[in-house]
Amino acid sequence: MNAPLLEVEGLRTHFFTRAGVVKAVDGVSFALAPGEILGLVGESGSGKSVTGFSLLGLIDPPGRIVDGSVRLEGEELVGMPTRALRRLRGRRIAMVFQDPMMTLNPVLSIGTQMSLAIRAHDAVSDKAARERSAAVLARVGIPDARARLDAFPHEFSGGMRQRVAIAIAMAHSPAVIVADEPTTALDVSIQAQILFEMRELARESGTALVWISHDLATVSSLAERILVMYAGRIVEEGATATVLRDPRHPYTRGLLDSLPATAEPGRPLNQIPGTTPSLLALPPGCPFAPRCAHASGSCREDPPRRAAAGRAYRCHHPLERVA
Amino acid sequence: MAGYVIQRCLQAVVVMFVMSVIVFVGVYAIGNPMEVLIPLDAPQDVRELIIARFGLDRPLWEQYLVFIGNVAQGDFGRSFVYATPVLDLILSRLPATLELTLAAVFGATFIGVPLGIWAGYRPDAVSSKTIMGLSILGFSVPTFWVGLILILTFAVSLGWLPAGGRGPTVTVFGIEWSFLTPEGLSHLLLPAVNLSLFKLAMMIRLARAGTREVLLTDTIKFARAAGLSEGTIVMRHVLKLIAVPIVTVFGLELGSTLAFAVVTETIFSWPGLGKLIIDSITSLDRPVMVAYLILVALLFVTINLVIDLTYAALDPRISRGAAS
Ligand SMILES: Nc1ncnc2c1ncn2[C@@H]1O[C@H](COP(=O)(O)OP(=O)(O)OP(=O)(O)O)[C@@H](O)[C@H]1O
Ligand code: SF4
Ligand SMILES: [Mg+2]
Repeated sequence: MNAPLLEVEGLRTHFFTRAGVVKAVDGVSFALAPGEILGLVGESGSGKSVTGFSLLGLIDPPGRIVDGSVRLEGEELVGMPTRALRRLRGRRIAMVFQDPMMTLNPVLSIGTQMSLAIRAHDAVSDKAARERSAAVLARVGIPDARARLDAFPHEFSGGMRQRVAIAIAMAHSPAVIVADEPTTALDVSIQAQILFEMRELARESGTALVWISHDLATVSSLAERILVMYAGRIVEEGATATVLRDPRHPYTRGLLDSLPATAEPGRPLNQIPGTTPSLLALPPGCPFAPRCAHASGSCREDPPRRAAAGRAYRCHHPLERVA
Repeated sequence: MAGYVIQRCLQAVVVMFVMSVIVFVGVYAIGNPMEVLIPLDAPQDVRELIIARFGLDRPLWEQYLVFIGNVAQGDFGRSFVYATPVLDLILSRLPATLELTLAAVFGATFIGVPLGIWAGYRPDAVSSKTIMGLSILGFSVPTFWVGLILILTFAVSLGWLPAGGRGPTVTVFGIEWSFLTPEGLSHLLLPAVNLSLFKLAMMIRLARAGTREVLLTDTIKFARAAGLSEGTIVMRHVLKLIAVPIVTVFGLELGSTLAFAVVTETIFSWPGLGKLIIDSITSLDRPVMVAYLILVALLFVTINLVIDLTYAALDPRISRGAAS
């Protein structure tokens, strides 16, 4: 593996709400190599988005990164002054959000929004910014890009809007793009297309991707490595093929069993029983215990992270290797 | 867009028609001006002669048709009291009210919106809390009371500013304006401040509420993720996103202040429309009341039209949505 581009260590992001402290991200560590595609999977509410926002320092009050470190190209981002952080956002590390209907500004033209993103980091003329905008839009597959600069978001389909958002994220060829479920809100037919395009774009420009999704199938078709997230922690990680073939954590197993592709036709899907626990006042011990068929008394203790041969998991009773 | 404009204009015509009927009937119901105008001891035949001359002996619908016919020719009738054409009377008072209103509404907007954005942007700062505290004060203290306090403080005690009247005016394009001389400006200051305090409070709260809401959206988060500076985010994204409600209130305030700056004009003896309408009501000067109210209705219809067209310019979704 190359020297890590992004190193996350012991990241903790908590929300200090009226009801109590929500430990949305609670000790997340991982590394990302240049050009790598890393998948981050987990059920809704497991803390994937908060992890993504934390990487860019985009946590709004009452949330706060309470501990840990995020190093991008050797530079520590946690605690970095806002101005310095702003100069990295969009230039070295960018993000694409889930819902393209909500991310673009409805009252500004596409060209204006592109230009604002370009001029956030490069002091170029209006005209030059427009030229570059058109070029980037063309790259993400928007037909007749120059003519569409004056269009407004509502004149675009969901897929086209997400392409614009991707163009904004790509405008400065960043080293990392955090893609937070960028296809979830789109029609199924568009999903695969955007997925494919984004992978190609990342490959061409050498951009590494952190691909967030609740859908293991999507991530496994894309990512070289995956992190499985549960209740604010990474419970299992490793090369995608290995984790899929041979999950060690019961939660990963559960996710795999609930995939339609693995189920026998005509039988109901094997959903994991229960729901994601509230991250507010989580009891000590393994957070998966109430839903876990393998739970025992020792699971009342926090399982330590066990790592070996490029993979790791956090479970007292890891599943046996299938032969 | 053209279809949208035509549709809105037709609506405006219908509204004006309905308003003119309501005004005519309403003013008719207030009271009979002849009771005030004709001496009580006038003989019966003189009384009937006068009533016939003003056309008040005819049925209401006929009076209405005559009135509408005259209005179509630009004639709103003559004041019973001043015996001059009503339109001249109103137009002669308009500039005074216009400059007072513009000063108050523009002042409130250009000061209130930035303060409100700041208070929404940094809700926990001491300065923001101070701004919000003052805005509550601006809402809850009655205008006449503030007016009196302003006069007592700045005119009577300190003697810095005049207590009332319009001061010297300068004639431009045949219209008299106060704000063009330092002396006139000093006369304008207190009534304008008095009139603007409530609007200032409203603009602050409007801008703050809008800003707080907008700042939580993905749009702003995405702009931050792209590395836009906070200044750019506020000036380019936030301002445009909160503009629609602010333009609405701006327009409606402009209209209602032009029409009903009565309290402030009375306290500061400002010779504007507010004083004219109060006088016309006490003397049951029916033509002045009718013309005034119809012009006010026209003013509001026009302002609403302009606001709607401004929306279409501010938010591209509106015009194209309506056209399709
Ligand atoms: N502003 C906030 N205030 C309080 N709690 C929050 C806030 N934002 C997120 N959380 C909590 O953090 C937890 C993780 O949220 P997050 O959005 O990261 O989940 P996710 O894994 O992205 O889920 P999804 O698949 O639904 O997007 C949730 O329990 C959520 O309630
Ligand atoms: S630690 Fe225990 S409860 Fe948690 S996943 Fe492993 S076996 Fe299940
Ligand atoms: Mg999410």
